[in-house]
Amino acid sequence: MAEEVKKEVPQMFKVTIDNITVEVAPGTSILLAARKIGGDVTPPAMCFYSKLKGSGGKCRTCLVEVAAGSTADPRPMPKLVASCRTNVMDGMIVKSITSEKVLDARKGIVEFLLLNHPLDCPICDQAGECHLQDLSYEHGSEGTRYEFQRRLFEREDIGPYIQLHMTRCILCYRCTYVADQITNTRVHGILDRGEHAQISTYISKAIDNDFSGNMIDVCPVGALTDRTFRFKNRVWFLKPMDAHRDCDKCCGRVTLWNRGDEVFRVTARKDEWGEVEDAPDGKPGWICNTCRFDKKKTSDWIIEGPRKIKRHSVISAGHYVGTKKPHETIAEVMGGRHPKLLMDIHTVSEVNKNSVHLSAIEGPATAEVFNNGKGTVLPSPK
Amino acid sequence: MKLLLDKANVEGIRFYEAYRKNGGYSSVEKAFKMAPADIVEEVKKSGLRGRGGAGFPTGLKWSFLAKPEGIPRYLVCNADESEPGTFKDRYLMEFLPHLLIEGLIISSFALGSNRTYIYIRGEYAWIPDILEQAIYEANQNGWLGKNILGSGFDCQIYVQRGAGAYICGEETALIESLEGKRGNPRIKPPFPAIKGLWDCPTVVNNVETLAAIVPIINMGGIEYAKIGIGKSTGTKLISACGNINKPGVYEIDMTISVEEFIYSDEYCGGIPNGKRLKACIPGGSSVPILPANLLLKTAKGETRYMNYESLSDGGFATGSMMGSGGFIVLDEDQCVVRNTLTLARFYHHESCGQCSPCREGTGWMKRVLYNIEYGKGKLSDIDLLWDIQRKIEGNTICPLGDAAAWPVAAAIRHFRDEFEWHVLNPEESQVRNFGLAHYADAREVVA
Ligand SMILES: Cc1cc2nc3c(=O)[nH]c(=O)nc-3n(C[C@H](O)[C@H](O)[C@H](O)COP(=O)(O)O)c2cc1C
Ligand code: SF4
Ligand code: SF4
Ligand code: FES
Repeated sequence: MAEEVKKEVPQMFKVTIDNITVEVAPGTSILLAARKIGGDVTPPAMCFYSKLKGSGGKCRTCLVEVAAGSTADPRPMPKLVASCRTNVMDGMIVKSITSEKVLDARKGIVEFLLLNHPLDCPICDQAGECHLQDLSYEHGSEGTRYEFQRRLFEREDIGPYIQLHMTRCILCYRCTYVADQITNTRVHGILDRGEHAQISTYISKAIDNDFSGNMIDVCPVGALTDRTFRFKNRVWFLKPMDAHRDCDKCCGRVTLWNRGDEVFRVTARKDEWGEVEDAPDGKPGWICNTCRFDKKKTSDWIIEGPRKIKRHSVISAGHYVGTKKPHETIAEVMGGRHPKLLMDIHTVSEVNKNSVHLSAIEGPATAEVFNNGKGTVLPSPK
Repeated sequence: MKLLLDKANVEGIRFYEAYRKNGGYSSVEKAFKMAPADIVEEVKKSGLRGRGGAGFPTGLKWSFLAKPEGIPRYLVCNADESEPGTFKDRYLMEFLPHLLIEGLIISSFALGSNRTYIYIRGEYAWIPDILEQAIYEANQNGWLGKNILGSGFDCQIYVQRGAGAYICGEETALIESLEGKRGNPRIKPPFPAIKGLWDCPTVVNNVETLAAIVPIINMGGIEYAKIGIGKSTGTKLISACGNINKPGVYEIDMTISVEEFIYSDEYCGGIPNGKRLKACIPGGSSVPILPANLLLKTAKGETRYMNYESLSDGGFATGSMMGSGGFIVLDEDQCVVRNTLTLARFYHHESCGQCSPCREGTGWMKRVLYNIEYGKGKLSDIDLLWDIQRKIEGNTICPLGDAAAWPVAAAIRHFRDEFEWHVLNPEESQVRNFGLAHYADAREVVA
């Protein structure tokens, strides 16, 4: 007689987010349950990264209101909670965009995140695919109330492949988790505390290991950028193509960013939440530095076809697939919202001006300032 | 009534011989004849509330400690005392180190902690030597080490110095720091009672809380609970400072009124130089500041007492908190705007920078306050400050965000006219203070 295996059927938890009910496995966070629903109810997440253990809880953009803790204990939670680090309970009722309190807090958080940000999108390589840019358009106010000098840092090359622009860092800690969990050594981290906290290597060490490039992919902003790509092109002029190659170090599945036949950069494949996508066989989607930085010829790759970027941002607005400069203004692309806070990246040049240092401008920089060349021109970084 | 400091003035009490002669360590002898669970019960009955600031019932906290088989449990004594205005733990450790060690031994036994840590702030540079001397003496006399009093229980106490960060007083940041990591508060849950030091169940208690275990065991929880009033049982150390005649550490039983505490010669001895009381921060820098009229009497016109319930009567609208017992008195010559700026500067400097509201908001509040204080403010800045603090409060990882927001909120709530005066009189505010207003203490000045 066959042995009777009594397998515990995992009980599913029902959770209601903005009046939409989903069933998820116990141990799922509110954020991931909301992602299962998708759309507007999903809270924005700037620091949480589902593939990095221990991430989340820091940026506070994902705050939600828990109107009822569970069926067993239906009391509401007294404070807003970070949905990325709070697990669902059966019968939990969550309010995200249906809560005034949440929307108000979220607006506050966006303002805090932008407080010390140089707003230098026209010279930033991340523009067009930046999560902070998206966040501010979707959840932010139209202007800043901050009237003080922003934090200033020197640009720093941390190793041969990565440049660090600390002025843009939102201290999400993701890159430190990548270094801890994906690479074999971590030589960088957060120095100092509070507003002075900064990402740095300990005494100008170079980050040099086979998987360090993934730090660029997880960085939600333009703080860590690809030195082999910097200032070469705007992401929305490039055409993303899925491609793969046999690699003995990583999964070898990538997205190539091409202009004509020229490969401008190589990144991991990212899902609609901007996270690195696992391979169908379950292999992690992180890619090695050889694939990312050394294989820049189309002939290095087997092309699978164009990649559709699902994220709600400039690159996914569908205007970048050709190589022509788009005629639409950013306001049109962003559905009528006028950029007051972030500069209009479309009115500026195709390629970022490396020589301009907009963080040195006091108060919010505008496209006008930029086009009139009023940005402080600094000598190129070392 | 004195339970902790009663022998503070005995010659040589800092050393073992005098301490033992005066009845020291008798509570250990008593406790080791009890079952650990009964000690926890005794502490529950005593009604003792944590003296580190939050006032959480200690016995209840102890009963939450997870006790899985085969995993060590830890007791950690929080001696990081960095709250501006609070210096009671320092006094205890400096003058009565054996009292703390005695409390730690019983508590370690009750909780099953074989390795107990004292995490002390780096700036208390001379105190670790005093504590280590006391630990050495306790070891020499068989109160620590292997098989204490033949009970089969082993315990050792280690002193760890911090590097000087207020945030390392937050219990999970303290644990991170103790593990040798950057002192960032952890995201809770899990709570330390389940996963604390080295991921093992851990209890973190304040110095004064752990010292209070000694009289609780000596006199019994029920007797201890008879001292004080309501849920404010036992005695409390208050470190009083600011514009008073006799600053210092006082042990009070929590039945005396705030007025008595400030004006009686037994305690603060009144305000010096014939000045009048303007305001007071009754529980360390994090708690709301109160103007004199709301300090001495509650909004309902009842006398306010020095205990947990009475100090928080009226909520944040008209009350404050017991906090960590740092009692800061401001006389009529003090400027509330400047005082608030000083506190904002502190929280800006001490934020760990992990979460965005606190990292960015504390600096913003400081800069806006700076403008107001130095005559460069706008009227709209006052509402801006209110909005910033509102967006920090409750939205952060650890309570430091709240602690930074509350003082600003309370200052604006009660002293808005002074803020406005600063903005509207930018030049005058640089040469004189706003002084007393309607909220002044109506008491006659005795010249
Ligand atoms: C920012 C911050 C600083 C703190 N500093 C201290 C401290 O210096 N000493 C202390 O005993 N508790 C401090 N606490 C409270 C501790 O987190 C914890 O509640 C306390 O040590 C528990 O002990 P108790 O129950 O005996 O009060 C601090 C809390 C916060 C949020
Ligand atoms: S550099 Fe980028 S990934 Fe690293 S903490 Fe800053 S924002 Fe996050
Ligand atoms: S509230 Fe402040 S101190 Fe606490 S975790 Fe956040 S940044 Fe750090
Ligand atoms: S994504 Fe949840 S706090 Fe940052």
